[in-house]
Amino acid sequence: MIPYALAFAFGCFGIGQLFCLYRIVIAPGVGDRVLALDTMAINMIALIALFGILHDTTMYFEIMMLFAMVGFVSTVAYAKFLLRGDVIE
Amino acid sequence: MDQIAEILISAVLVIGGIFGLVGSFGLVKLPDQMTRLHAPTKAATLGVGGVLIASICWFGFFSDQGSWHELLITLFLFLTAPITGLMIAKTNMHLTWRPEELPYPGEDMHWATYGDSAERSLMDAVPEIDRAERDHRE
Repeated sequence: MIPYALAFAFGCFGIGQLFCLYRIVIAPGVGDRVLALDTMAINMIALIALFGILHDTTMYFEIMMLFAMVGFVSTVAYAKFLLRGDVIE
Repeated sequence: MDQIAEILISAVLVIGGIFGLVGSFGLVKLPDQMTRLHAPTKAATLGVGGVLIASICWFGFFSDQGSWHELLITLFLFLTAPITGLMIAKTNMHLTWRPEELPYPGEDMHWATYGDSAERSLMDAVPEIDRAERDHRE
């Protein structure tokens, strides 16, 4: 049963990544692009977690942690740059 | 016992996948930029939380290398998602509306993001950013 649920979750998050990619390419405002990039990072964490279950290894925890941290910092940096014209004042 | 664990993990995986899909679909579907902010910061975060809980259960039940590392990632994501949402909402406010167009928030004060420290913002120095384009967008 678990392989089918895994395949379903892989499909859901993969389609989600495609939606985010569409929103990055075609977006009405720049805020939406930043939001789509953040969502891509979050979906990528989920895909890596699913990949870890599929291959039965705990090796990917550090990668997920790095993705979470770098994604958060880069999103805040983008938003700060758009807001103030500078990242660190 | 194994059967129960399988059903539990599969259910959490499917629910997490559906929430992740809804979160990303909302990013495309919803009508304007402030409502589009809701879908990824809430639904997608919940979806990732579901997948990470399934991962904890999987390594706890079926593997000898069980761990709680995913809980750390879940906690980090749940803490940072609202901050991301706040920063992008502030950016949208500054880029899309002028201060006097916004609803008045309180009795004797204005929005904090338009306070004294925000007056030096370089974005505010840009005159009338594409007003026609914004009206067209709405």
